[in-house]
Amino acid sequence: MRLLKLVPENTNIHFLKWRVPFYIISVLLIAASWALVLTKGLNYGVDFAGGQEIRATFTQSKDAPIAELRDQIGTLGYGDPVIQRFGAPNEISIRVALPESAEGKPGAAEAMSQKIVSTMQKNYADLRVDGVDTVSGKVSGEFRINAIYALVAAMLAIALYIWIRFEWQFGVGALFALFHDVSLTLGMFALFQLEFSLQIIAAILAIIGYSLNDTIVVYDRIRENLKKYRKMPIVEMLDLSVNETLARTVMTSLTLLVALIPLLFFGPESLFGLTAAITLGIFVGTYSSVYMAAPILIWLGVSSNSFVPVESKVDKQEKAARGES
Amino acid sequence: MLDFPRWKKIWLWMVALVIAAAAIPSLFSITGEPWPDFLPDPEVNLGLDLAGGSHILLEANPDQVERQRLESMEEAVRGALGNAEPRIRYGDFSSANGRLSFLLEDAGQVDAAREAIQPLTSGAGLTGQRDWNIRVVDGTRFVITQTRAGLDQAVTQAMDSATEVVRKRIDALGTREPTIIRQGDNRIVVQVPGLQNPQALKDLLGQTANLEFKLVDTTALPSDIEQGIAPPGSEIVPYAASSNTPGTSIAVKRLGGIRGDSLTNAQQTFDRQNRPVVSITFDQQGGQKFARLTSENVDKPFAIILDGEVLSAPNINEPILGGSAQISGNFSVESANQLAIALRSGALPVDLTVVEERTVGPDLGADSIRKGLIAMGIGSFLVIALMIAHYGRFGIYATCALVINVLMILGIMAVLGTTLTLPGIAGFVLTIGAAVDANVLINERIREERKRGRRVFTAVENGYREASRAIYDANITNFIAGVLLFLFGSGPVRGFAVVLVIGLFTSVFTAVPLTRMWVAGWLRKARPNDLNI
Repeated sequence: MRLLKLVPENTNIHFLKWRVPFYIISVLLIAASWALVLTKGLNYGVDFAGGQEIRATFTQSKDAPIAELRDQIGTLGYGDPVIQRFGAPNEISIRVALPESAEGKPGAAEAMSQKIVSTMQKNYADLRVDGVDTVSGKVSGEFRINAIYALVAAMLAIALYIWIRFEWQFGVGALFALFHDVSLTLGMFALFQLEFSLQIIAAILAIIGYSLNDTIVVYDRIRENLKKYRKMPIVEMLDLSVNETLARTVMTSLTLLVALIPLLFFGPESLFGLTAAITLGIFVGTYSSVYMAAPILIWLGVSSNSFVPVESKVDKQEKAARGES
Repeated sequence: MLDFPRWKKIWLWMVALVIAAAAIPSLFSITGEPWPDFLPDPEVNLGLDLAGGSHILLEANPDQVERQRLESMEEAVRGALGNAEPRIRYGDFSSANGRLSFLLEDAGQVDAAREAIQPLTSGAGLTGQRDWNIRVVDGTRFVITQTRAGLDQAVTQAMDSATEVVRKRIDALGTREPTIIRQGDNRIVVQVPGLQNPQALKDLLGQTANLEFKLVDTTALPSDIEQGIAPPGSEIVPYAASSNTPGTSIAVKRLGGIRGDSLTNAQQTFDRQNRPVVSITFDQQGGQKFARLTSENVDKPFAIILDGEVLSAPNINEPILGGSAQISGNFSVESANQLAIALRSGALPVDLTVVEERTVGPDLGADSIRKGLIAMGIGSFLVIALMIAHYGRFGIYATCALVINVLMILGIMAVLGTTLTLPGIAGFVLTIGAAVDANVLINERIREERKRGRRVFTAVENGYREASRAIYDANITNFIAGVLLFLFGSGPVRGFAVVLVIGLFTSVFTAVPLTRMWVAGWLRKARPNDLNI
């Protein structure tokens, strides 16, 4: 049986030839992402903005009366609701952010939720409430703080680990690649004003994990090749490392994508945002491992000479690992 | 590397099969098949977002505890000063900004006053902790402030008893398997699976159920009441929205009333006109007080006040001596029943506010499970097809490892009693896509080694050894991200982290030693000269 080969054997693509233009583009994209986040802002869901989200089904109708509902809820004085289809045409999600007047009133979100649900139930006899999320201003503020802690702590802890396992240049490189991934994901959410919820934080941490997976595989190969080919110029050596790991990079990205894409199309509606963010992150993360994490090593002055003391350390670890198993 | 002694093989198989077997009861319950009773049944708990139910986070305001403590301290201090021998004269008593202060009329009584108040300042119990600080300013002004420790302890006590009250009320609703946990300093988490009507639960928990009976001050002028001006010794209390005259208020006497916290029973019944009422029974002491209050005030109206709102203000037609009474207040059967439950379980020592609610109907949850399983099935099929098409025999090994991996994750979750949430399903799908990465790394490395002309055995051995380094590094960094998500995440998102983290351990186990064992076994038996990889 002939096996499938996604990447031809012995590829020799000069990935790093374009490192400067790609780096400039990436840095610009990072800047643009943050500009978008700061000017346009993120479209916070109830988790982070406070307020409430109702999922409901009109059991006797074919279509949900979205425009009518928008008027009815709009007149309640909580501002304009965001009403979207959520699955079938008669299934909807209604999101109302907490008005500013609710600041410092812990019960305001709950009171608002009760009023909206009871108004809807009065007006539509066939309405079935499938789910309600209500978050008060204080709790949503805590979620925001915790989300920031989680992201910053994860990035720093991971960079520290890489620094210990490899060299400081690798730690900086990995951190920069992660920063790139997180920034671009946030930028995408700001640009398209996609709902930004707790699930998206989970998605970003998953992206951090998998982008790093790629980065580590490439770095591991770089470390190995630095020991093997002492005389090879650094750019050539990085290109070789990326090419050698290319088949693995493509295959793993592909297995992740084929696992996730069914979830995107056939999975529960509530997971769409999470899945979409991770799917997007796989592309961004794969790119960043090659174009962000690798070239930065050149500029940070990694060479086979700077690795001489490290080499013996790695050898020792390997021997220890072999001795155990 | 490819030598597997018998004990090692047995050990690997045991670990894999025992943990995977722990998943079987959960598989039965997810597909709805009955599981025999005589077998042990560790089962994965389904989160509320999958099983349906309500998650409600209640918060108390610590300021309220501080205010209440200040009020009772004021009463105690006034009492102590009044009862002292000789009587201690004071004036300008104020209670504001969390402290009490008063002025002694006679500077010579400072020591006597201090002695009178001192016993009130130490905390309950034998810890010797001081709950209040006394300072004397400008010779005759006493300032009494709460200590941090005293207040903290009071808040803790209030929250403990509030949790107990919440538990009693939820039990009274008859819901199955509620979870009630104190969280942080001033919060209570309530999780009730499969609840059909979360509003009833929230109404019940939101009701402090502080019942008071106070005499109506009939001397107050209606025009004064309208403007909120109460006669000396009285206060203005609004009628409840559910009462006969919502929107109006009434003046009641501040002192001389009794509190309805000494009840032995409360039931929803009907009065003579067949209207729903709540019948209450006082304990002995409360019954005596109530009898005295009603005997002394026949033909006068008294107000039944619930949580600061007047339910009704009936006339006392005759002394009520039997220790039981009826509360009327324009109830429906439902609201009377709810009040009865609230009164039976006792008043909450603090008001609780719902600060977060997540409710998922059972239909939506079941739908999520169905769609999640479908997506997982398609995803697994595609991953497996890709792996076998790409790596042949080695792909089959990876597939077997993947199946055992998924079962092991479920098995560990079942044994640890963790909860599978909706994001947890996404975690499963992600793990299925990512777990094969270790095999991809190994297999690609074997390919490379073969390309370099290494012999079959050496190629496989090098493949496993060289790939291991990156596999471990990658999994440890993923582990860091997963743990931080678990620590800082909340609710369902934690379920995502749980699956990811467990999946890291099991995928390393199944993808590295387990497949190596299989590959080694095959190499020994078949002794191939070439590898189709």
